[in-house]
Amino acid sequence: MKILVCISQTPDTTSKISFSADGRTFNEAGVQFIMNPYDEWYALVRACELRESLGGSVTALNVGPAANETTIRKALAIGADEAVRIDAVPPSSAFVAKQIASFAKDHGFDMILLGKETIDYNGSEVGAMVSEHLDLPYVSYASKLDLNGNTATIEREIEGGVEILEVDLPFVASAAKGMAEQRIPNMRGIMSARTKPLNVVAPVPFEDQVETLKFTLPPAKAGVKLVNPEDMDELVRLLHEEAKAI
Amino acid sequence: MVLVFAESPRGQIKKTAFEAVTYGKKVADQLGTSCVAVVLGTNAANAGELGKYGASKVLQVADAALNDFDSQTYTAVLADVAKQQGAKVVVLCHTSTGKAIAGRLSVRLGAGLVSGVNSLPETGTFSVRKSVFSGKAIVDYSIKSDVKIVSLMGNAVRPDASGSPVSIENISVSVPAGRIRVKSVKTQEGTVPLPEAEIVVSAGRGMKEPTNWGIVEDLANTLGATTACSRPVADSGWRPHHEHVGQTGIAIRPNLYIAIGISGAIQHLAGVNNSKVIVVINKDAEAPFFKAADYGVVGDLFEVVPRLTEAIKKFKAAH
Ligand SMILES: Cc1cc2nc3c(=O)[nH]c(=O)nc-3n(C[C@H](O)[C@H](O)[C@H](O)COP(=O)(O)OP(=O)(O)OC[C@H]3O[C@@H](n4cnc5c(N)ncnc54)[C@H](O)[C@@H]3O)c2cc1C
Ligand SMILES: Nc1ncnc2c1ncn2[C@@H]1O[C@H](COP(=O)(O)O)[C@@H](O)[C@H]1O
Repeated sequence: MKILVCISQTPDTTSKISFSADGRTFNEAGVQFIMNPYDEWYALVRACELRESLGGSVTALNVGPAANETTIRKALAIGADEAVRIDAVPPSSAFVAKQIASFAKDHGFDMILLGKETIDYNGSEVGAMVSEHLDLPYVSYASKLDLNGNTATIEREIEGGVEILEVDLPFVASAAKGMAEQRIPNMRGIMSARTKPLNVVAPVPFEDQVETLKFTLPPAKAGVKLVNPEDMDELVRLLHEEAKAI
Repeated sequence: MVLVFAESPRGQIKKTAFEAVTYGKKVADQLGTSCVAVVLGTNAANAGELGKYGASKVLQVADAALNDFDSQTYTAVLADVAKQQGAKVVVLCHTSTGKAIAGRLSVRLGAGLVSGVNSLPETGTFSVRKSVFSGKAIVDYSIKSDVKIVSLMGNAVRPDASGSPVSIENISVSVPAGRIRVKSVKTQEGTVPLPEAEIVVSAGRGMKEPTNWGIVEDLANTLGATTACSRPVADSGWRPHHEHVGQTGIAIRPNLYIAIGISGAIQHLAGVNNSKVIVVINKDAEAPFFKAADYGVVGDLFEVVPRLTEAIKKFKAAH
């Protein structure tokens, strides 16, 4: 079983978000970066569990600059066998998908796992793009994934429920909560991560069809209007007349 | 021409698709062209309704192989329809279905994609806006390719049903064999799924015990709202997992979000701060949630919530 797990790096949710004065670039100074939770807690851990029970290997892949190597080493500490970094500062999800697909094309992976979305750009685009580049089936938002021989049984989150489906290897899936439980890397994992291979690969050229024009911060809330807890008729009146919410 | 994929989960076209057609019609008006909706599969009884929301034509690929969802076959069919009809803009819904297709379609058509948009394009640059960093920032993207794809965030436009129904035109497109075998679909019947809900009543650890949820359900039923919860509540099994909203759960943007006994941790806010109106009920005046709220009630939820339910009943009886 050869599994590829795509990992991305995002600012921690508690980070303060700010941009350069022209709104073109994200200010990274003082920002704490983490592995995207869906990639780490669910996709990577499930991949390691499958490798532990079935044998094979787990490759963690990141498209990003050398500064991302701390995050990549963490993936090795959690249990990936080897890592690959495609050396670029990715301008878009289309770029990332193209890089992942061109790397995966010649490596014969049985399964490619991603997170359901990144918590910074909230695109949920990369997995579908990779699948189309490679002409593979794609199961998004998988909250449960079991393998029986060559066939996977997957639960996929849909609006207000789940869909249960089967698909044969190879395929691409994106992971949501439920697929696995978060693992904290132990000392042995951290030590062995230092010696596991981390290969750096050059990106393939790609022409983007989407251009980022400008980031802005949302308008500040006007401030909370407090309502007397004894007077819920007043709250209802405000919700109806002022907020037009009921 | 603007092509809108009107999804029909379990045989029914729903609000998200009506929103997408309303949006598609506005984009078509901007571009001086028409808006055409396409429906896949044989069961979409109410497809003619799409005319009311602005579709000048409704096309249907009535092949039973499309009754189950497979992103690969759906993408192949939609790409063929888009080419056949000469679509310049393709509009999808930012739903579980739309998200699984959007990226594929953009690769297949060589078209730029922006997913989860919440604004109409600027004419000229075709720049569209979306919310990023879990609601902490907004970004404008411009799509440069000849064909453009957007997926529309739920609750971003109000469906406008001022037009008239149209008849459905069957078109034939070859449907490749799918590789995904859908075995079953389990849904909670009778409630509006959280991502589609206009009003959400949500409760947290301040409820103390799972047996106390009756007052939350009464309030939700009175408002016709869907219930949600904070993560620790779902993690400890007090409420089902599908109710968990926030960074690690579902992200929602209803018109009205009522948070009861929830402190308002940043990871919780990440999933709800795009709600149009936020009401917070908490006994602690210092709870961080009040900073993100439009209306706040500082008080004991066990007294305030039943009182609010009564006030709403009174209001509903009078209106
Ligand atoms: C990586 C990560 C991801 C996370 N993802 C999520 C997520 O997706 N969603 C999420 O919700 N959380 C998430 N969390 C957890 C989050 O940080 C908070 O711990 C959680 O949201 C707190 O839940 P709560 O508000 O219900 O409970 P508490 O923080 O315990 O707050 C309970 C509130 O109830 C109030 N209260 C108590 N009694 C009463 C009463 N009688 N009347 C009125 N008010 C009362 C209290 O004043 C308090 O403000 C995440 C955390 C991490 C680290
Ligand atoms: N720079 C990257 N390198 C590797 N994988 C990535 C990168 N960006 C995104 N991904 C993967 O794609 C998933 C979905 O990302 P997105 O489409 O941006 O929401 C993430 O959860 C990751 O698994």
